[in-house]
Order: sequence, then C-alpha cells, then structure tokens
Amino acid sequence: MTEKAAPDNIEQAPVQNGTVVVKMVHLRKSFENNHVLRDINLVLNKGENLVILGKSGTGKSVLIKCIVGLVDCDYGSLSIFGEDISELSEKELMETRKKIGFLFQSGALYDSMSVRENLQFPLRRQLHSIPKDKMNSLIKEALENVGLAKAIDKTPLELSGGMRKRLGLARTLILKPEIMLYDEPTTGLDPITSKEISKLILEVQQTYNTSSIIITHDMECARLTADRVVVIKDGMCDAEGTFDELKNSTDAWIRSYFE
Amino acid sequence: MEPRIRIRSITREKIEENFLASVFGKFFIEVASLASFTLRFFKEVLKPPYEFNELLKQSFLVGYKSFPLIAITGFIIGLVSTIQSRPTLANFGAVSLLPAMVAVSLIREIGPVITALIFAGKVGSGIGAELASMKVTEQIDAMQVSGTNPFKFLVVTRVLAATLMLPLLAVLADAVGLLGSLVGVNLKGHVSVSFYFSQVFQALRFGDLFPAIVKTFFFGFAIGLIGCYKGYYANTGTEGVGKAANSAVVFASLMVFIIDMIAVQITSLYQN
Repeated sequence: MTEKAAPDNIEQAPVQNGTVVVKMVHLRKSFENNHVLRDINLVLNKGENLVILGKSGTGKSVLIKCIVGLVDCDYGSLSIFGEDISELSEKELMETRKKIGFLFQSGALYDSMSVRENLQFPLRRQLHSIPKDKMNSLIKEALENVGLAKAIDKTPLELSGGMRKRLGLARTLILKPEIMLYDEPTTGLDPITSKEISKLILEVQQTYNTSSIIITHDMECARLTADRVVVIKDGMCDAEGTFDELKNSTDAWIRSYFE
Repeated sequence: MEPRIRIRSITREKIEENFLASVFGKFFIEVASLASFTLRFFKEVLKPPYEFNELLKQSFLVGYKSFPLIAITGFIIGLVSTIQSRPTLANFGAVSLLPAMVAVSLIREIGPVITALIFAGKVGSGIGAELASMKVTEQIDAMQVSGTNPFKFLVVTRVLAATLMLPLLAVLADAVGLLGSLVGVNLKGHVSVSFYFSQVFQALRFGDLFPAIVKTFFFGFAIGLIGCYKGYYANTGTEGVGKAANSAVVFASLMVFIIDMIAVQITSLYQN
C-alpha cells in the first residue's frame, strides 16, 4: 500500500442500514497507470445479498480480492467486522479470512486432490484436532447440500463445469463463513445450471445467514439473489438500489444492463 | 503484498526510460526478487506451524519417484565412462587402474552433477509447472483465502524435500554407477566383484566423498528454490506455465554448474 488515509469526506461515506460487516470508504486501487478502483464507497450489511454489476475490467474482482487481502488497496479504508484490514497483522488477517468464503470464478479446486480431499483440506487446516468421523460427516453434509454426494471419490477433472462450481461452493461453505464472496458464480454455465447455482446462493443465505457479495453479469442470477444491487462505472459506484429500482432507472446506461 | 510485485511496480516506470537501463534493470530486479524469495524461505522455514505431512509427501514424490530415472542414468554413466576410459588407460598399460579412476571421477564429480541435472529436468520443471498451473487456476489464492500460508505449504516443503532428497539420490546414483562400471570392466576381461570393490575403496578417500555429498545439498536447494520461484511468480495464462517450467530447468541447470565450480574451488583449497 503506497498511501492510505482515513476518509476526509464523511458525507460521501456509504449508507448503513443494519449491522455492517464490510465497509469500504474512498477505496482506490491502481495497477501502474491503470486506475481500476477510483473511489469506492460501499457497505455490506449482515445477512444481505449484495450484487455488483459492471462492465468487464471495471475492477469488480479486484474489489472482492481487496476484502480478503489478496490485493492491497492504495488508498482509503476497508473494514471487516469493524476492523480495518490494513492494520491487521498477518496472523490476524489469517483469522479474519477464516470468516470469509470466496468462490472463485474458476472454482480454484485442487486438481491433485480428490473431491473428498478438497473438502478435507480446509477442515484439517482450520479445525486441527477434528475427529475423523466428525470430519466425514461434515464432508458428507457439505456434498449433500450441493448435490454432489455421489462424486466424493472423483477428481475435479472428472467433474462438469456446474459440478466444479458446486464443489467450490461446498469447499467454501464447509467452514460456515459469515461472509461469502462470489466471483461470477454462473459464468460459463447453461441457464438451468446457472439457476441451480443461484438457488444455492439463496439457500446459503437463508440457511447460514451469511452476508454475500455476488459479482455477476448474469441478470437472472442477479434478479434471483439480490437484496441490493450496486453498479460500478469507471471505478466508482455509479448507482445503487434494488433490482427493480435499477431496472426502471431513468438513466438509460443503467437500464441497458437489464435489457 | 508480495515483495517482488512491489519492487517491480516501483521500478518499472524508471527502467523503461531507455533500453540499456531496461535490460540491466530487469536483471537486477530478478536478482533482488530471487534474494527476497530466498530470505522469505529462511524466515518461513523456522516459523511454526511445520508442514511435516506435506514435507513427507513431497519427499516421496521428488525422491522415490525420481529414483528409477536417476538409477538408469547412473548405471549408464558408470558403464559408458568405463568403456570410454579403457583404451586410453590401455595405451599406458594402466588398465588395472580403471576401477579406481572411474570410481573417483564418478563420486567426486560425474555422479553428483549428472544426478543434479537429471533432478533439475524432472523435479525442477515439475515444481515450476505445478506451481505456475496452481497460480493460473487461482489455487494459490484459494489456499491463502482459506487461511493457509501457501508459501509455507507449497514452497518451503518442496525446497526442503529437494534439498534432502538430492544427496540421497546422488549416493544411490554413485552406487548404481559403480555397478555399471563393474559391468563395463567385465565386458573385456574378468574382474571379480570383491577385487573390483577393493580397488574402488582403496582409491577413494573421505575427502572425495564428503565434499561431493555436501555440494548436492546446495544443488538440491537451488533446484527446489528456482523451481518454486519460477512457478510462484509465473505470469498468468497457459503460456506462463510453459515458460515457468522451461526457465526453471534452464536456470536451475546453470546454477548447478555455478555451484559446482565454486565447490570445486573451495575443495581444492583444502586438498592442496
């Protein structure tokens, strides 16, 4: 991080409706001369599904990578559960990450491991002394939740795109995170599988009361899952509202997303 | 933030000012980046928690799985060097020195270096390609997000496994190479096994064996470290995977020769 400061313009701070779990104020991130995030002000409330829309290359994935500390922001503040992540030590950041689940666009499954081992990995790393039968029951439950119980001994390479996404979701959910970050969860999937994934996202929210940020270009997924939608344009939050509010926006550019 | 990325982002604009500065700049950035990677390795290797299970798994993969290739190569090297040396020694009427000469050259130089080069080709490229592929498919990010330190889990274990396994493989390659040499000696004449090995052990001294083994630790460390470095910082995309594997082998092989040259110089100081 080259320069980082507390926000100087409180009036531009994001609106808070409930218990805030993630708060970004004046967040900026550049890669050399490419200013990806110019001024992001955003909150994620407890238990809500926040959908982020925006053209490709507008920094949506960078935004959620900032939340888990995979990318450091250049300026502004980013707090999770009230703690500014730039002030956390490496150990504290690791602890915070345990409360966050991240579903990668590609699934990011460990190809050298079986489906079972993919689920065992986070459990072994974080619940060090977990008994074997408890671990097996957690794995079974996680796979049943995403409809993959029969694939337990397969390798990720033997799974279809939709199954890989569902396995990625199961691996993330097995630790029961409080915040879920979905990076284009339905990209590359057929409409039926996309709908299944969208329904799973809703089930996750209802079952575990997670707060989620969903980055998507799939408007059906956004319609099904969003409690609130934010549109990012030129590295800034351009519009915010419910799905229907933005769909009926007076701004033709925003409406174009929904057509 | 990864130190290497920080170094690059700070210096890139400056080094692009002219071509010459760019060429030297990139070289020094690469050296600084590798030094930073090495320092991070030593920092992480001492810090708990320790990844013993992964270390054992990697030792099995890089050690046991490499043994057949190393053994075949060692046998052929022993056999061929014996066959090739015989005519020259025969010219001087010194064929009886054949076992001793081959043993000394095999154990002091050929065995460790050939083993390290084969190891660089098999293990160094494998590590480079594996880590680069994990980076491209965001598996390293996924590990980090799930609260695992990927450097400790992926890099430290692989570098340690390579450092510990290469000396064992070199000793085994030497042993198999001596067997190859025994076969080579017996292709034109008859030498008993006991006579052959008595000749070999009479010629060998502790000063031949010890430096040869010590330098293989450095070979293994360099091969593991360079493979990990090239894979861990590979460019995204499938092209990056190929480049990482290729440059890991080239750079690691070069490092083997450089370390060998330094080791020979140091050894010669004590032997003279």
